[in-house]
Formats: sequence, C-alpha cells, structure tokens
Amino acid sequence: MVRVLKLELRGITKRFGTLIANDHIDVVVESGQIHCLLGENGAGKSTLMNVLYGLYEPSEGEILVDDKPVSFRGPGDAMAAGIGMVHQHFMLVPVFTVAENVALGAEPTKAAGFLNLDETRRRIREISDQYGFDVDPDALVEDLPVGVQQRVEIIKALVRNASVLILDEPTAVLTPQETDELLDIMRQLKAGGTSIVFISHKLREVKAVSDTITVIRRGKVVGTADPAASTTELASMMVGRAVSLTLDKEPATPQETTFEVRDLTVIAPNGQHMVDGLSFDIARGEILAVAGVQGNGQTELTEAILGLQDRVSGSVTLDGKELLGRSVKDVLGAGVGFVPEDRKVDGLVGTFSVAENLVLDLYDKPPYAKGISMSPAKIMENAKARIGEFDVRTPSAAAAAGTLSGGNQQKVVMARELSRPLRLFIASQPTRGVDVGSIEFLHRRIVAERDQGTPVMIVSTELDEVMELADRIAVLYKGKLVGIVPAGTGRDVLGLMMAGIAPGEHTASPSTGTQPAATADTEGGDHA
Amino acid sequence: MSTTVSSPNPGTPRPVNAGPGERAAAVSAKPVGWRTPVILAAFALIALVFFGLMGPNQTASFGISTGSDFFQLPALEINAFAGGLVLSIVLLALAGYAVYLKTQDRPAPGWLNVAFIVLFVAAFLIWVVGGARTPAISLAGLIAGSVTLAVPLVFGSLSGVLCERVGVVNIAIEGQLLGGAFTAAIVATITQNPFIGLIAAAAAGAVVSMVLAVFSIKYVVNQIIVGVVLNVLVSGVTGFLFSTVMQANKAQFNSPPGLDIIEIPLLSGIPIIGPILFRQSLVGYLMYAAVLVVWVGLFKTRWGLRVRAVGEHPQAADTLGINVNATRFWNVTLGGAVAGIGGSFFTLVAIDSFTKEISGGRGFIALAALIFGRWNPIGAFFAALLFGFADNLQSIVTIIGTPVPSQFMAMLPYLVTVLAVAGLVGKSRGPAASGIPYVKG
Amino acid sequence: MPENPKPQHAAGETPETAPEQTAAAAAVDTAGGAMEPSAVPATAQSGQLPGGPDTVLRKIFTGSGMVSVLAVLLALVIGGLLIASTDKQVAATSTYLFARPADFLAAVWNAATRSYIALFQGSVFNPRGNTAAAQFAPFTETLTIATPLITAGLGVALAFRAGLFNIGAQGQIIMAGILAAWVGFALDLPLGLHLLLVLVAGIIGGAVWGGLVGLLKARTGAHEVILTIMFNYIALYFLRYLLNTPAFQRPGETNPISPILEASAVYPQILGGQFRLHLGFVLAIAATVLVWWLLNRSTVGFEFRAVGANPKAAQTAGINVSRATILVMAIAGGLAGLSGVAQVAGTEKVLTDGVAATYGFDAITVALLGRSTPWGTFAAGLLFGAFRAGAVQMQIQTGTPIDIVLVVQSLIVLFIAAPPLVRAVFGLNPRRKKPARAAKSRRAATTGGAA
Repeated sequence: MVRVLKLELRGITKRFGTLIANDHIDVVVESGQIHCLLGENGAGKSTLMNVLYGLYEPSEGEILVDDKPVSFRGPGDAMAAGIGMVHQHFMLVPVFTVAENVALGAEPTKAAGFLNLDETRRRIREISDQYGFDVDPDALVEDLPVGVQQRVEIIKALVRNASVLILDEPTAVLTPQETDELLDIMRQLKAGGTSIVFISHKLREVKAVSDTITVIRRGKVVGTADPAASTTELASMMVGRAVSLTLDKEPATPQETTFEVRDLTVIAPNGQHMVDGLSFDIARGEILAVAGVQGNGQTELTEAILGLQDRVSGSVTLDGKELLGRSVKDVLGAGVGFVPEDRKVDGLVGTFSVAENLVLDLYDKPPYAKGISMSPAKIMENAKARIGEFDVRTPSAAAAAGTLSGGNQQKVVMARELSRPLRLFIASQPTRGVDVGSIEFLHRRIVAERDQGTPVMIVSTELDEVMELADRIAVLYKGKLVGIVPAGTGRDVLGLMMAGIAPGEHTASPSTGTQPAATADTEGGDHA
Repeated sequence: MSTTVSSPNPGTPRPVNAGPGERAAAVSAKPVGWRTPVILAAFALIALVFFGLMGPNQTASFGISTGSDFFQLPALEINAFAGGLVLSIVLLALAGYAVYLKTQDRPAPGWLNVAFIVLFVAAFLIWVVGGARTPAISLAGLIAGSVTLAVPLVFGSLSGVLCERVGVVNIAIEGQLLGGAFTAAIVATITQNPFIGLIAAAAAGAVVSMVLAVFSIKYVVNQIIVGVVLNVLVSGVTGFLFSTVMQANKAQFNSPPGLDIIEIPLLSGIPIIGPILFRQSLVGYLMYAAVLVVWVGLFKTRWGLRVRAVGEHPQAADTLGINVNATRFWNVTLGGAVAGIGGSFFTLVAIDSFTKEISGGRGFIALAALIFGRWNPIGAFFAALLFGFADNLQSIVTIIGTPVPSQFMAMLPYLVTVLAVAGLVGKSRGPAASGIPYVKG
Repeated sequence: MPENPKPQHAAGETPETAPEQTAAAAAVDTAGGAMEPSAVPATAQSGQLPGGPDTVLRKIFTGSGMVSVLAVLLALVIGGLLIASTDKQVAATSTYLFARPADFLAAVWNAATRSYIALFQGSVFNPRGNTAAAQFAPFTETLTIATPLITAGLGVALAFRAGLFNIGAQGQIIMAGILAAWVGFALDLPLGLHLLLVLVAGIIGGAVWGGLVGLLKARTGAHEVILTIMFNYIALYFLRYLLNTPAFQRPGETNPISPILEASAVYPQILGGQFRLHLGFVLAIAATVLVWWLLNRSTVGFEFRAVGANPKAAQTAGINVSRATILVMAIAGGLAGLSGVAQVAGTEKVLTDGVAATYGFDAITVALLGRSTPWGTFAAGLLFGAFRAGAVQMQIQTGTPIDIVLVVQSLIVLFIAAPPLVRAVFGLNPRRKKPARAAKSRRAATTGGAA
C-alpha cells in the first residue's frame, strides 16, 4: 500500500544571513524505520526538517528520494514525493472542521469547483478505525483536545499517502498518557511500512521507539547512537560535554512562611476554572517547583498572583498583605520578582534597548525617574552594572534586546527582576529555549536568591528542571493541586501525578494500567 | 538576504494549539454575556419612551403601491402613538426573552437580533413619519430608493469581504469606488458604450487593488497605511484628471451614456418586491448575483475553502502547498474589480457624469457594512441595505419635515458601526490573520 | 481586525530558537516593525541604528534618510509626468513624436518644470516680489498652512508610537473647532484670557474626541481605525447640525456659517498684519518640543512606546495599558485640537463645515513621512505645507489643479513605506545576491532589505 522509500539528506546547509542553522548535515532514513533526530532546543533540527518539507530552500546540499536527487520548491512537492509533516505547532485552521482541514490543498470537488467532502470523510473514518484514532470528521478543530488535533495532523499526512512522516517535537504538549499512546501509534505506523522521522530532545521517548538516532548539535551532525545507549551517554552527546544532571546546591533551610495561597480560583472568559481552589505556602529560603503538563493552569496561577487575571477569587498573601485585587504595579512594588514564561511575549520589548528593558518595570522609580522626567544616564549606568553581573553577551547596552540570543534575553529578564530587593521570586519556564551554559548560570542565580532567604516559586514543564531545583514539588492537573511532594520523589510518581493521579492512588486504580508496555519501556530506558 | 526563522513573535496571534489551556479558552468562545440583553433592553426602553409614550398622536400613512404596479394596494395607515406603543412593547418582550435566555446561560439566537433591529427601525419610522408636517411617505419608494442607494455599498462591502477573508485589510474601498466611477465615465463616454465603461470600471478597481496587493504583500507595508494613502492617491488622480481633461471637454470625456433600467415584465409590477428585485439597472442585477456568487464561492467551493484558510491560518495553508501570497494577490485584485463595478453605479446609473469625490465617503460606509455584516456576504448585503435605508430616509425626512435633524439620520450608519465594533451588538470576529502580512521563511 | 499587525512567519520551529537564529528573526521583526517598517522605525524606538558593518557611503545611499529624499524625488517625477500627460503642448508634439522626439521631450520637461517652478514660487520665494517682504511672503504662507499640519501630524505620530492608528485627526480638529469657535464668538472676555480660553476649549474638544476612541478601544477592544473613521463622520454631521442651529449660525445668514470670532479671541499675527502667519506656528514649535520630550524623556512616553512595541510585556511590567491607550489618544486629540484652534482662531476666524479642510487626513501622511518622530513630523509638515501653499499659486499661474498635490503627497508616503522599491528604481539595492531561485529568494530579499 505504501511505497517503499529511502530518503537521504546529503550535505544540507541552511544559512540565515551570516548565521548557519544547518552545517553540512547528512542523514539517511531507511524505509520502515523510526529515525530520531536528537538535539537540544535550537540545535537546528526543525530547520532541517523544514528544508526537507520544502518550506525552506537549502543553501547547499541535496535531498535524494530512492537515490534520485529531488528539488522541493514547496510543501506541495514534498507531499507529492510522499513526505508528510506534523508540525510542533499544529497547522490546522481552528474554525474549520476536521474534514475541511484534511481536504485543504487537495480538495475533492464536484463540477465547477464545488466541494465534495464525502470522500474525505470516508477516508478519515477509515484511517481513524485502522489506528483507533476516534476522530469525528465533522467536529470543529477548535473544539478538539490537543491529542486529537495531533491525530488530525497525522491523518492529514496519511490521506496524502505519506510514506515518510516527520513528527516535530510531538510530545511537547501531551500528557504522559497521551505520549504513550502516540508512541504506540508510531509503532503501528512503522509496522504498516511508514518511515518516521522523530524530532525530540526527550531522551526517554527517543530510546523507547527509535531504530536509529542521529544526534545534532549546533547545526551539525555529531554522530549516531544506538537506542540502547545509556541516558547519560546520549545526553552528553547532545550537549557536547559530560553533563552533571544534578545541580550542586545546599539543602534548603526554610524559615518562616511569608507567602500563602488560599483557595485560589481563576476563571477563564469562557467560564472554565483554569485554576481551581489552590492552596499552598512557600517559606522564606525554599524553592517550590510547580510541575505539570503545559496548560494545566500554571500560566493562570502565576498571572493571577501578579494581577494579570480578571476573574480571580480566594486569597494570596505576601508578608501578611493581600495581593489579589491589586494592580500589577502594586504587586511588583510589594517585592514580587516575576520572570514570565515567554520572554519574547511577556518579558521583553524586542525593539527597546537592553538598557531600557533592564528598567522595564522600574522606569518610573528613583533613581531612574524624578516625577515623570527620566534620567537616561542612570538607566545606562544600571545597564552596565547588570550586564557585567549577569554576563549578558550584547554588543552594547543600547542594542535592541530582540537581537540577543535566547539565553542572553533570559539573562536580561532575570537580571532586571533580581536587581531589586525581593520578598517573593516567581520564575516561569526560567530556562526554556536557553542554551546549556546559560541554564546552569540561571539555575545558580535562582538558588542564590533562595539562599538569601527569598521564597521562590518555579513553574516548569520540564521534569528535569523541577527535580533539579525544587525543595518541594507541587503538581498541577487541570487547575487542581494533585499534591505536594518532597524533592527526590521518583520520576514515575511525578509522571502519574502529572496525569492527575495522586501518590498512593495509582496502585488502587486499575484504569491507569492501559499502557503497561509503553510505560515499562520508557522507564526501562531511564534506568539503563 | 535575511530570511527568517519563525519565532514566537509578540503580537502574532499564537496558534490555537499552543497548549491545552489556550485551546480550552477557544473551545466555547461564545461566552454568554449580559451585554446583548442589556443593550436590547435599553433600546427597547428608548423605543417605549420616545416612540411609544411620547409618540405623536397623528396618523402616519405609508404608501405601498406605486403607479406602475399591476395591482394597487391601499396605503398603510397607522396611528403613530398606538403603533409606537405596540412595537415598543414587542421590543421589550424580545429584550425580556434575551434576558431570560441569559439566565439560562444560552445565547440569544441570531433571528432575535435581526427581528429586534427590523422592529426598532419600523417603530422609528412610524415615529418620524407620524411627527412630520406631512405624515405620509411612500413605503415602496423608500424601500426601492434604499436598495438603489445601497448598490455601491454592497459592491464595496463585497470587496471588503473578498479581501479580508483572504487576510488583507481593505481600507481602500473608497478609492476603488472612486476609481471605478471615474473610469466608467470616461471610457463609456469615449466608446459611447456603457457596457465597456462597466468593464473598464472593474479594471480600474482591480488596478487600485493591485497597488494595495503589491505594497502590502510584496513590500510588507502596513495594509492600513496603504489603504489610507491609496484613497488619497485615487482622489488626487481623478480630481486632477477631472479638472484638466473632463472639465475642459465635457462632451468628449464626461457624458457617459447610462445603463438603462431593465424591467422584467409582470414581475416588476409586484408591489414593493417588484421594484426591488425586477426593476433594476444591469449593475443592480449584478449586485444580487455578486452577493450570491461570493457567498456560494466562499462557503461551498474549493476556492472558498482555500481563501478562508489563507485568511485564518496562512501557515497551515502554506504547509499544504497553497501559495498564500498568490492567493491573497488575486483575491484582493478580484475584490477591487467588484468595488470598481460598484463605482460605475455612480456615473452610469445614478448620475450622468463624473464629479470630484463622487463616492462621497461611501467606501467607508461599505467598510462599516462589512463589519456590521460580520465578514459574511449576506450579512454585509443586509447591513448595506440598512445603511442605504438610513441614507434614503435622511433625504425623505427633510422633505416631509420632521423633528429629527437630517444630519442625525446621516450620522446613523456611523453610530451603528461604532456600537457594532464596540461589541454592543454581539461580538464580531474577523478572519484571524486579517491585516497580518505573511512572510515566508 | 487584529491589532498590531506583525508578519506571520512560515511554518516551522517555534519555541526552538537557536541562539544564532534569533538575530535573523529579530531582523525581520524590526522589518515587520511594531507598526510597520517606516512608520515606527526600530531605530526610533531603541535609539540605536541596526545594520551591519556597511561602508559609510553605502549607508548614506541606502539609509532611511536617503530613501526619504529619493521617495520625494520619485513622487515629484511621477507627478510631473502626470502634469505633462495632460499638457496641450505635449499633446501637440506627441503627434510628431517620431519625427522630432526632442520637441516632445522638451515639452514634457517644460510642462512639469513650469508647474513646479510656480509651486516653488508660491511656497518659498517669489523673485517677482517688489520688496523683500513680498518676496518671502510665500514662505510665511507655507508656515501658516504647515501649522495645523504639524500639530495634527504630531497627534497621529504620537499615537503611532503607542501602536495606535489614529485616523481621527479630522474629527478631532472639528470638535476642537466647534468648542474653540463657540468660546471665541459667544463669550465676551478680556484680551488674553479670551484667547487662552479659546485655546483650552479647543484642546479639550480634541482631547475628549480622541480620548473617547481610546476609552472605547481600551474597554471593548474595538479597533481604533474603524472607530476613528466613524468618529470623523459623526463629528462632521454634528458640526453641520450645529451650524443650522441658532446657537451657531450667524444671525441673518441662511448658509451654515458661524459669527466671526471676537478680536480678543484670535491669534495675533506674529509678522504683522500683512502676513497671515499667526501665533499658532510658535505653538506648533512648542508642541514639537513637548512631544519630543514626552516620548524620549518622560515616563509617560516610555509607557506609550512600550505599549506600542509590546503591549503584553508592558502589561506584565506593571504598565497600565488601558490607561496608556486612553491617555495617548487624548493627548493625540489635544494636539489635533491645536490644529482646530489654528484654523478658527488663526486663519479662518469663523466656523464652517470645512473647518478641518483635509488637514486631518493630510496629517496621516505627514506623520508617516516624518516616520513618527516629532522633528521628522515637523519637517514633513513644512514640506506638505509648502506643497499646499505653492499649489494655489501653481493653479493660478499654470492652470495645474491643486489635486496634483494629493498625488505627489500620497506617492511620497507609499514610496517611503517601501524602501526596497525606491532603491530598486534607483538601482541602489544593497548587497545584491546572486539571483538564486527566482521568486522566493527575491521576496525574502525585499523583506530583508527593509531591516
């Protein structure tokens, strides 16, 4: 049914201006394989796949299909050659139905260009039945859960007879359970003869399904690895040096509790309870890490504390003073330092200079302003000091913040928030999209802030980061607190908690054992 | 060459699938608010107080038949006070129903808003006519006139629909109408053939649109800027050529033969309906056809699916091999052609020559109709009719002498639009990617 | 319409932003601009020039200043061709174009230059004047006409910098005109105080009309472009209504025109009675200084710029975005209000429904040409003021209609917004690459060029 296809990328180089995203990359994907591209965030994996999918033109190098060179001028050519791609951010039109999304670009029509989606519906049901997808062709995509949307993307590729399927970081938005289901689907597809290019930086998943692993670092292939290789081995290949997966930090010496959250509830504009009756404390000198799969209320939790959410109830007190119902400015003024989860959207003004960004929430306070008159000299002075202290790599303090690398941008945000005396420090995804060197630095700064006696709240979807930084771990699921567990709690327990199963509960509940094989696989990989 | 790596841009609407939380927010994006019921209630009370309780105790007469109808109906005679009272009570009932639905957490159905608007307008009309010095108007004439005045508005708003649905904001409707009007006049005069003039008008509108397309797509200039500037440019060019060419030799360049009214025998004699549907110029018939074709095209054909995909989520369209910018370019061009035809109405049907600024800001009313009609061809059509009605009523009230200053009637479309965009008349949501240029990696 | 348009990028890696790649993305970010490449240049926002290590010469020729000059030149050339195309002499010579092309070209040249020389004489310096005062009279006329353009342009520019598209200067001028005129003709107050009150009333009128848009936008999320367009018309019809009421209509007059303003309510003519130039121009200079200070040296301006460049980040940093939106629209309206005062208390001295002329719309082009910087807007206001002043003389001398000014003006703005086009016309495209595969790379090059 599916054509056998060997895919080869030979000497692919992709430059953006003077920057090289891919540097002479060679990859061969054999038919019926799951081939993993392993690499850190920003290593160039997605760029490479966009080249393969015809979205970018390679600056150099060629693509060979069954040993014949091809040239893809657009995704249409790639699809015609049997290549399908599931993007990390799904390429689905939210206001269209599943069938419309699947048909788009290759629409079956009646006379005069009138749509005829019956055939598409039939194919969707067929594929859906074959793989147990349970997708309704007439559902609106915006009404579907993420996991189902991802299946729609896979259907889109299969309907077009893709014999090579590229999956770009497909598990980033999935719960551990959904991830296991996806890995199962990948195995099924492989059994049906489809080759899969699996892009990931999550070692356990990679080890669980891959036949071949190609490791990419800083735009270059640094080697191939055997899925049986140990996690530390793969990690050091990926990062380029031996990595200690643990941070050296003193055990916490918690003092009095100064930050208390009671029955915090945040209601979204659509009436959904994004945060639902949350209560917890943080003591001075301890780090509470909030873990959970992306989108389980973490964003709303931090935004509610900061005063960015409208429909909030409950109570949040810092040093005995209520924070809810106050303006963002007041909350920041009460000594809250806040690092938002997406620095480009919430943390920085890209076109402002580094110096201006370093006073983004201090611009109207002395010494930077007297009344409404600002002092550029003082702002520059501050910038020089912060740049030195945090080792921000920037051409100058006057350079636009948007031109810095992700790690340096994050340092700017962190430097700004840590540059004043804090009574509470909240950092959301403090190291997302940041290079390893900066991660260590940023982590050390966070721990240093704790050691000065500040209560610290870290929100992260990366379990590694949570386990590294936390003194206590709170797990959120659908806006509710599943539980708070001590640091050092096992990954398996945390994984179940992230799926909403409180510790101790899982042994009693039979419904959690639906994917025993997959779970065993991933965990087995961990211990290797 | 600095191509781009896509990165989460501040300001770029994040993909809906960014996370379960955000997705959840999009799931039921129809929160039932208090706004609509409250607004309806407020307007119903206004109707009760002004049109009902303070209604003039005079009989308002509405002529239904015109002399050319093949059968005559007696004029509708309504006591303004009683009529206003009855209608405002019905309006109150509708508002009450909306409030009831809200308490049940259900949104008001679409027909409720439409019915409310129609009845409110009726109550208003009775009040205006009832309070006039000569409390009699021809309803048939009023409606037929409204349709006539709405013709360029409908074409203009269809142009807006075509452009915005594909992701390009079209502020240049005014310029497209004006360009069409000018070209129709000059070409029809030179060729002595109004049909060639009509085609030339479409071409002129398309040219204006192409400039919009080239600057906003190829040069990634802000679409609103291009639109605003294009209006000035077209106004300047047509004004210049009018002064230098047309005024110097009116007979040779500015005496276009008009497009005649085509009556469909028998059918055109039906009271009220007849003149609207079956006694129109070619441009008028084209208007009905265009509304239907655009609606069917957008929602029932492959072309429409692709257009809407490009306007909602251009990346998704691109990854499926649809050329986003080419789709945008040709749709914007088509939109311009449609508006150009609308422009020809001014010089080939309404008036027999071109004058400076003949479109008189109707392009902006068309823009308003597009928004009020929620980016839907049918909705835009009825919104344009409503605005045409207001326009027509304005001239009628000055004749029959009413207490309402005509300037306030003229203001009405703009006020209604402000209310509409401010979300007072339900939420209007345009295509997600409208106004956002698509830069490919 | 979504606010703050930004280029949407093609599919691809989103959170995975390689350090090396961020710069490229940012480069396009600035090209896409907070508003638009030229309206709100990144340089103006950050005070730093982006760009690689180009040679000084190349920078001069490809820089934004040069593009502005070339854009004006190009627009004038096209305008000239339009003038020539309707010229009788040109038409006559074109009949024997192939026999004697030189005649034709000379006729084209003459037609265009004759008009432009008249334009210059009408706006800057008239050599035929008898006295020095008469010779420079055109220039004072330019300054007079530039006055409302500058202040309204500043209002548009300021809103631009806060990410708002203020198309409503027209309506703001009208509302300011209504209030200022009424205070001017209806009240009887001592000299000095009367004018002050006229000024305050005008500023308040504009500020309220602008602020109302800001309020609606902040409260309901309605798009300011639609709001301001509608508000323009509402203001116009309101004015027309008022001019038919006894409170505003001149007694004994059937036309919609107000009484003449009291002598104590009008701007003094600063160069004496023979020139129309009035105090409003000095106020325009003061307004420019004020706006510069506001944007670059005040916390309020910092907030405006932050909200304009990234509203979410501004909000997270504790800046009240709603307040900034309302405030900036009110200030913008107030600035446009100054134009309204300049009209009723400076040049017209009465209120008619043409009080705003087309100043409100011209203000948009002025702000765009001035790249939304205060002094750039000032200079652009002078240039367009000169066009307007000179066009009157041009029409008298050569019969070229004033409309040509609209053409040139709009072309200038179009060209300035698309630097790659201007550079392409003059063969100045920087760093020309080997023509890789046609369409795609060309498109990329053009966007890159804007960075």
